[in-house]
Amino acid sequence: MTPKSFLFVNRKAPQGSAHAAEMLDAALIAASFDQHVHLAFLDDGVFQLVGGQRPELLGQRDLGTAFSELGEYDIDHIWVERDSLSERGLSEADLTIPVTLVDRAALAALMARIDVVISA
Amino acid sequence: MKFAILVTAGPFNRQAAGSALAFARAVLDSEHELVRVFFYSDGVHSANRLAAPANDEHNLVRDWSRLATERGVDLVVCIAAGLRRGVREANLAPGFRISGLGQLVEAGILADRLITFGA
Repeated sequence: MTPKSFLFVNRKAPQGSAHAAEMLDAALIAASFDQHVHLAFLDDGVFQLVGGQRPELLGQRDLGTAFSELGEYDIDHIWVERDSLSERGLSEADLTIPVTLVDRAALAALMARIDVVISA
Repeated sequence: MKFAILVTAGPFNRQAAGSALAFARAVLDSEHELVRVFFYSDGVHSANRLAAPANDEHNLVRDWSRLATERGVDLVVCIAAGLRRGVREANLAPGFRISGLGQLVEAGILADRLITFGA
């Protein structure tokens, strides 16, 4: 089967719901099936990439470790929506992995050309 | 057109779960094709045959099962999401099957459109 492009849209904070962890699992599986995987972080989803978190205090998985290993899954298209960062007092320097900052219009254009968009 | 459906909404706390069923029926009643319905996150509760909503409530578990039996729809429950929520072979509603996330990826590949019904 010809590989498709998949975009996983992360809009939820890392804790507080299972969305972040389960989206990441799905993205990793898609990558392991040799699909072209993109990750986008917007709204509260940008908090998933902020460093210095201690999710073990909540009994939650540390997603930061998995994010730092995305390269091993050939996931290197990581998009972060610029206004979502600034609206939350964050900047690119607060993020633990290299990302590409995009504005909302560019993200919309990306979604338009991706084959499969999965959001949570 | 080939559609696939991803259900991440819980059956008894999100309207999206009911909308997913309505969308599935609409696809089946049209000239289009429904490749698969994949249940992930809280969506896996739609496959729990132990769910027993009151008589005046919409029983989504029963209705999905009927859709699978009567229309031959492929209903797949994510094994990891199901196990952590207590949905397993022992209490799986009729018409559902349990498999891995690869089935979601495959649905995305096979379908022209993957529609998510989530939170």
